[in-house]
This record gives sequence, C-alpha cells and structure tokens, in this order.
Amino acid sequence: MERRSSAFTMFIYACALLLAAIILAPIAWLFIMSISPAADLAAKPLRWWPQAADFSRYQTLLSTAENSAGAAFTSSLRNSLEIAGMATLAALALAIPAGWAVSRTPAIGWSLSMVIATYMLPPVALAVPLYMGLSHLGLLNNVFGLALVYLTILAPFTTWLMKSGFDSIPREIEAAAMIDGAGLFQTLRIITLPLAAPVMATSALFAVLLAWDEFFYALLFTSDQRAKTLTVAIADLAGGRVSDYGLIATAGVLAALPPVLIGLVMQRALISGLTSGGVKG
Amino acid sequence: MSSTWMTTRAWLLMLPLLVVMVAVIGWPLVDTVGLSFTDAKLVGTGGNYVGFDNYANMLSSSNFSRTLVTTTLFAVISVAAEMVIGVLAALLLNQQFHGRAVLRALMILPWALPTVVNATLWRLIYNPEYGALNAALTQLNLIDAYRSWLGEPGTALTALIVADCWKNFPLVALIALAALQAVPRDITAASLVDGAGPFNRFRFVILPYLAGPLMVALVLRTIEAFKVFDIIWVMTRGGPANSTRTLSILVYQEAFSFQRAGSGASLALIVTLLVTVLAVAYAALVKKTAGSAV
Repeated sequence: MERRSSAFTMFIYACALLLAAIILAPIAWLFIMSISPAADLAAKPLRWWPQAADFSRYQTLLSTAENSAGAAFTSSLRNSLEIAGMATLAALALAIPAGWAVSRTPAIGWSLSMVIATYMLPPVALAVPLYMGLSHLGLLNNVFGLALVYLTILAPFTTWLMKSGFDSIPREIEAAAMIDGAGLFQTLRIITLPLAAPVMATSALFAVLLAWDEFFYALLFTSDQRAKTLTVAIADLAGGRVSDYGLIATAGVLAALPPVLIGLVMQRALISGLTSGGVKG
Repeated sequence: MSSTWMTTRAWLLMLPLLVVMVAVIGWPLVDTVGLSFTDAKLVGTGGNYVGFDNYANMLSSSNFSRTLVTTTLFAVISVAAEMVIGVLAALLLNQQFHGRAVLRALMILPWALPTVVNATLWRLIYNPEYGALNAALTQLNLIDAYRSWLGEPGTALTALIVADCWKNFPLVALIALAALQAVPRDITAASLVDGAGPFNRFRFVILPYLAGPLMVALVLRTIEAFKVFDIIWVMTRGGPANSTRTLSILVYQEAFSFQRAGSGASLALIVTLLVTVLAVAYAALVKKTAGSAV
C-alpha cells in the first residue's frame, strides 16, 4: 500500500461520506415518509423528522379486512409471492437439465446462445401475441398465465447461470463416478447436483428478484385482485388519488423489504453472479 | 460412449427449455411479424393484409421521430452518467478507509430496490406540492417557489434520468470494483516505481483491466435504457406533452391504449431491429476491446 498524505485521506473520507449520503438519503426518506404523520408531510416548511413515529400505515396495509386498502395490498403481495415462486421453480426445472447438457456438450452451445440472445428483445415485441394467446386460453388476469409469461425472462437467465455453475464442476468427478459403476442419473443425483447446490440457490434468488421486479407484463395481463402483482398495486397507488403520501411510501417499503434483505444477505453470491455475467456476457 | 449418443442425450435434456422458449418467445415473435403487416385490432378478428403500410406510416410520423430522439437522449445521457459515476465510486471503494465494507454493502440497496418502488420514491421526492426536493431547495434558498419537476417539459426528462442513474450506477460501480480488484498489485507498484502519475496510472495500467467488463456493462445498460418502460410509466406516463415518451411507451399506447395491434406490432419490430443493431455493433466492439486489453 502506498503512503497517503493526510490531505488525500481527508479527501477520501469526504468522498465516502458523500457517496453514503447519495445512496442512503432517498431510501431513508422513503422510510421516514412511511412513519411520519400526514400533517408533517404536508407541512411547509417540510418537517424532515416526525414528531412521533406513526406505524399505523403498516397495520392498515397488512390488514385483510374486506374492501380496505389493506385487502388490495395483501392480495397483490400474495399474488407476487405465488407468481415469483411458481415461475422460479419452473425456470429451474427447465434450466438445470439444459444448463448441464450445454456445459458437458459444447457442440449444442449455439442453442443456448440463441436462447440468451432473446434477452435483448424488447418485451413490447412479444406483448401483443402473448396478450391474444393468454386471452384465448382464458389465462388473462391469472397467476398461472403471468408465471408462464415470466419464463420468457427467467428461463434464459437461470439456464445461463446454471451452465456457468456446471462449467466449474470438473467433469472428471462425474467420469470417476461412472467408472465406479454409477449410471448417469445416479451420478447427477449423488455427485453433480449437490455440488451445484450453491449455484442453484443463486439462480433461484436471481429468478425471484427478477419476477418480483417485473412490471410491464403484469400491467398488461392483470386487471384485478385475483392476479395483480405488487408492482402494479404500487403503481396504482402512486398514480391514483391517494392523498396520504405516507401510505404510498409504506407500500414501497414493504415491497422493497424482501429484495433488499435478499440483496444484503446474499451480497457475495449476487455480486459474483453479476460480475461474472459482466465479464462473460 | 459414442459422441452421437452424447449429443442426442444433450438435445433431449435441452428439449423442455427449447419447447417452452418456442411457445413463449418464438411463436409470439413470429406472430408479431405477421400482425405487423395487417390492420388487426387488439380485440376481435385478425384484420386485413396491408403490406408495409404500418411501417411506412410509423417511420414517416413525427411522433416516431420525436420519440426516437427522446429515447436516445434518455439512453445516452443516463448510461454515460452511470458509467462515469460508477467508475468514480469504484475507484473510491478500491481505496482503503474505515467503513469501506459497509459502504460497499450499501451499494447493493439501490440495485435491489424494485424499479417501480424506485420510480414511486422519486415521484414523491419530485412532488410539486409536498416533495422533498422542493422543500430542500427552498430551505436552502436555491429556489423561490415550488416547482413541478415532472410536470414541466423542460425538467421532466432530466428528473427521470437522475432517478434512473441513482438506481443503476451502483451496479456499474460493483462491476468496475470487481475488475479493479483483479489488477495485480505488482503491476501498480511497478508503475509507481517507474514514476507514473495518477492519471497515467489510471489510463495505461488500470483502464485496460476495466475496459472489458465496462464494455459489457455499457452494452447491457444501453440496451436496457433503450427499452425503458417501467420507470417512465410510473413517473410520467410519457408526459408532460409527450416530452418523456420513449419507444416502449409509444408501442404500449399504439397497441394497447388505441388497440391498434397491427401498427403497434410494426413499431415494436422497428424497436427490436434498432436494439439488435445496437447489440451487434457493441458485440463487435467488445470483441475488439477484449482483444486489445490482453
């Protein structure tokens, strides 16, 4: 490590503080809004710190009383959980065999490249036929229909992650097991899949985050509490005539909580996934 | 084991993925191409063949050219800003100081925040009557009266770009930081001994290591920015006076608000073509950069 002058050290700390403020200020403000009494948020000059913390909006949104703001919110929360869960499981079920096949048989790698190339397709290029198709199947405004559509986003991404994961497991280990008399599926079950468990977990988390974040298809293909997801419910709140901005902020905090917790806890795995994606394309 | 059997087995394992991809991506894409040559409506029976009329009408409309300019402005400015701020943040995080691990952990927050929540948050910050931005600027005596940041065509796009940058620069920073940490210590030490100044050290010693990963981040972010929909829909819906309407918003309006499926499809394919050209051009560029960096 090179020696630093004290002026340079001061400069580093000033920059670090600035960066921390830039990152934290908006997030902190979202939380403060959610616990500030409505009068404080409408005060001029604005009251930056609530006189008394007010957590009642969390109670309002998480209550399940009929026809309340809470009923709309909790149903969208449930829909988001169901859709993200189903789409993630389905994506992994497709991605694990396909990722292994491509990893061990490079000759078919071009088919995965084609699947991954669909990443750059704008969703608008698929939206109209998907709308008509779902409508034809009676799957508009339906959690299964939306989960199916989410495979367009989740499956290519998880397959590619799984493929890189299998790449890092030496095929010699598999060969050794087979020489010892294990069949292919026995080898995969006993040797390969347990070794790939961390990659599977990372892929699953990425898939859940992607599904949780999705808005465009959810906006198009859902219309009421039976299938509307959190993102659509929040956009409704933000664009509607809600007079209490704190309530909108509260919905935002609740929707952000799961991905932010996943992000903080799984930091290392997520960053290595992201950066290997950044390097290998 | 014969290699034909290996290949057949691999295809069998790929098959479920390929079938689903054909069903949810391949078929809709082909259908979009078909629709783009018709005057079909979103609901009802599939319209009449109209040849290239939809494309001709779209490409010659002033709506399209204006939207293309807005989209390009949004993509170029926000991605450029994200790259510069992201690399600066990475250079900072690569220094040694107390609290570095915490600060690096915080960088994941904007990235993890759902896009719609981010858009909602900034919409509240920019609120013309009660927003934090107005309050802060007034209390600091920087503005005399509250302004409608998202309601004025002059400021709306800038306000959107700021919100987009805040969410996305940390990702660039994390990618750049990972690349910085791969720069071998002895190389930077050697360049110090050789008397290279900080600028030359960045340009000739560090940048070659950053170039590859940054190019890829640049490609992916540009493609995403070009397709942008969510943040704009939640914050402005393309307004005021269409000043923030991007291509994806225009397709949405055409195909779903006005229910003109045929003409919406043609516009969607024009957007797809533009994105493809971008991606191919960049892919060539990445190959070149990656080659020169070694």
